[in-house]
Amino acid sequence: PFKRYVEIGRVALVNYGKDYGKLVVIVDVVDQNRALVDAPDTVRSQMNFKRLTLTDIKIDINRVPKKKTLIDAMEKADVKNKWENSSWGRKLIVQKRRASLNDFDRFKLMLAKIKVSRSFIYFSILHHFHAMFS
Amino acid sequence: MAAKRKTPVKSRNPDLIRGVGKYSRSKMYHKRGLWAIKAKNGGVFPRHDPKPKAPAAAEKPPKFYPAEDVKKPLLNKRKPKPTKLRASITPGTVLILLAGRFMGKRVVFLKQLPSGLLLVTGPFKINGVPLRRVNQSYVIATSTKVDLSGVNVEKFDDKYFAKEVDKKKKKSEGEFFEAEKEDKKKLPEDKKEDQKSVDASLIKSIEGVPELKAYLAARFSLKSGMKPHELVF
Repeated sequence: PFKRYVEIGRVALVNYGKDYGKLVVIVDVVDQNRALVDAPDTVRSQMNFKRLTLTDIKIDINRVPKKKTLIDAMEKADVKNKWENSSWGRKLIVQKRRASLNDFDRFKLMLAKIKVSRSFIYFSILHHFHAMFS
Repeated sequence: MAAKRKTPVKSRNPDLIRGVGKYSRSKMYHKRGLWAIKAKNGGVFPRHDPKPKAPAAAEKPPKFYPAEDVKKPLLNKRKPKPTKLRASITPGTVLILLAGRFMGKRVVFLKQLPSGLLLVTGPFKINGVPLRRVNQSYVIATSTKVDLSGVNVEKFDDKYFAKEVDKKKKKSEGEFFEAEKEDKKKLPEDKKEDQKSVDASLIKSIEGVPELKAYLAARFSLKSGMKPHELVF
């Protein structure tokens, strides 16, 4: 029934708080509710499980590795690329891009969408015509 | 007044602490060269008699004296500065007008006038907004900038936009009952020329950026799902 487990080396996404949206690695479990969590660019700290969403990615580390060891293990498992190519990761990137669009960018996006839909309509009408007369 | 120096002298008596000068009175007398001025004038400090004043016009006694003494208000020499421009508004920024006849129009910012208002233009050919003054508070600044290199806006200031004062015509009894003739106010030709000259180079730089012309021609509106506090402009 459960596929993603809290274990040492599990990569999780922070879903609340100052580090919202960052990927962290669970390096130890404090008690039933909290985990010790670490990432290459943050200080190692404790976090409640409620603030974490587990991902599919797991790396191979011992309990509470040194920072350098952690970074090397993440490079070896290629966490960054795995995340960015996963559908969840790609969705987040698209959301971020959409949120940062300029007013001018939104206008250009609208024009592009209209262009695509118009070419589709044209193509479907053409197709329909062809089907009617053949 | 005696002849003034080209640059006013900074005090020759530097402060040791606030209120205490370095040199004594006698030293300062010597430093200022008052002995030389006296020597030039024959041992006596030069006197300038007051110039003969032109006779003051005879004042009429006032028609009205207030019952009790009226206090004179304090003198106010304050010169207001133009409003502080938001950092996001620089010459060439595209602004979105939020109120008035051109609500929602995207417009190019030219410069801030001495009254604090922003001078703005459509350009006229693109979206129908002429050279116009707009208040900073009624404007959203986008991060899109237009190149203003060929544009000269030196000559525009608040007096350019002042309303023309019509001399009041005295109406006779017969004309009161006639329907008031409204002649349409025509825009003077020189204002049209100003608009054209400002817009000429602007339009060239706008056409250099793809889709910018259509962007400026369209109006901005909030659609469903757009949250203004989350939008990046």
